[in-house]
Amino acid sequence: MQQIVYYCFSLLLLFAGLMVISVRNPVHAAMFLVLAFFCAAGVWLLLHAEFLAILLVLIYVGAVMVLFLFVVMMLDIDLAPLHEGFVRHLLLGLGVAVTLFLSLWWLLRGVGEFHIMKPGPGATSSETGNTQLLGELLFERYYYAFELAGALLLVASVAAIGLTLRRRRAPRAPTVPEQLRARRDDRVRLVRLDPVKPGKEGDDA
Amino acid sequence: MPELLDVLGLAALLFCISVAGIFLNRKNLLILLMCIELMLLSVNLNFVAFSHYHGDLHGQVFVIFVLTVAAAEIAIGLAILVLLFRKRATINVDNLDSMRG
Repeated sequence: MQQIVYYCFSLLLLFAGLMVISVRNPVHAAMFLVLAFFCAAGVWLLLHAEFLAILLVLIYVGAVMVLFLFVVMMLDIDLAPLHEGFVRHLLLGLGVAVTLFLSLWWLLRGVGEFHIMKPGPGATSSETGNTQLLGELLFERYYYAFELAGALLLVASVAAIGLTLRRRRAPRAPTVPEQLRARRDDRVRLVRLDPVKPGKEGDDA
Repeated sequence: MPELLDVLGLAALLFCISVAGIFLNRKNLLILLMCIELMLLSVNLNFVAFSHYHGDLHGQVFVIFVLTVAAAEIAIGLAILVLLFRKRATINVDNLDSMRG
């Protein structure tokens, strides 16, 4: 039964990957990438990596792919020239991909005894569960790397904001503090003028 | 329970699909970024498969860090893309050919 589920997820993953590289519309490509991530999360669940599967769905799909979709939908892209080289490079691309896959498969075939090795007991234990064991490992042995990863994310967000922040050159409307600071004496000045007698300068009447 | 060879083969196939995607979509900057994401996904699949079959969690810890770095890289990559689009109004790689401005 698990084999059938695994084959369903893996075939859907491969289909989604093929669609990502071949559809014309980048929004559709992003949607197929989301499908690919969901299928990969399903495969990871089958491999008893529950925390990572949920992490993939929540953070990778829920934040990173949403960011991707924001950018894709925000940019008004002219699609016609982008798909130009597709058929011309199709043969070369397929040739490179097939060669790469054959070399990887030859490597995998060479170490054929992997398929009789049973999965070990240490990855998950039924009492403590995957998340707790992962947390123990991450916060005890890899604590330094964890802190560095946090610092990296901070640097990345500062960099992204610093790159794309736009400032207005001059404020065209007065800001609220300026409006609150305005005083009548600064704005209004009463001047006493002598009244003009009617008829005195009536040359152009 | 999937066999190790099946999962490694799946990861290899996904990696080759994304390499082909880079060859086929060499003009479209967005699809290039998506193919990089697919490559990272295939590598993570490899790590999780080996973590499962060796019975320890070090592979999964590494996947957490790979996901972190991938998220940071995508954020900055998309920020650069948005900036380039503001300047040039195109994401065609052929038009992004001057180093100034």
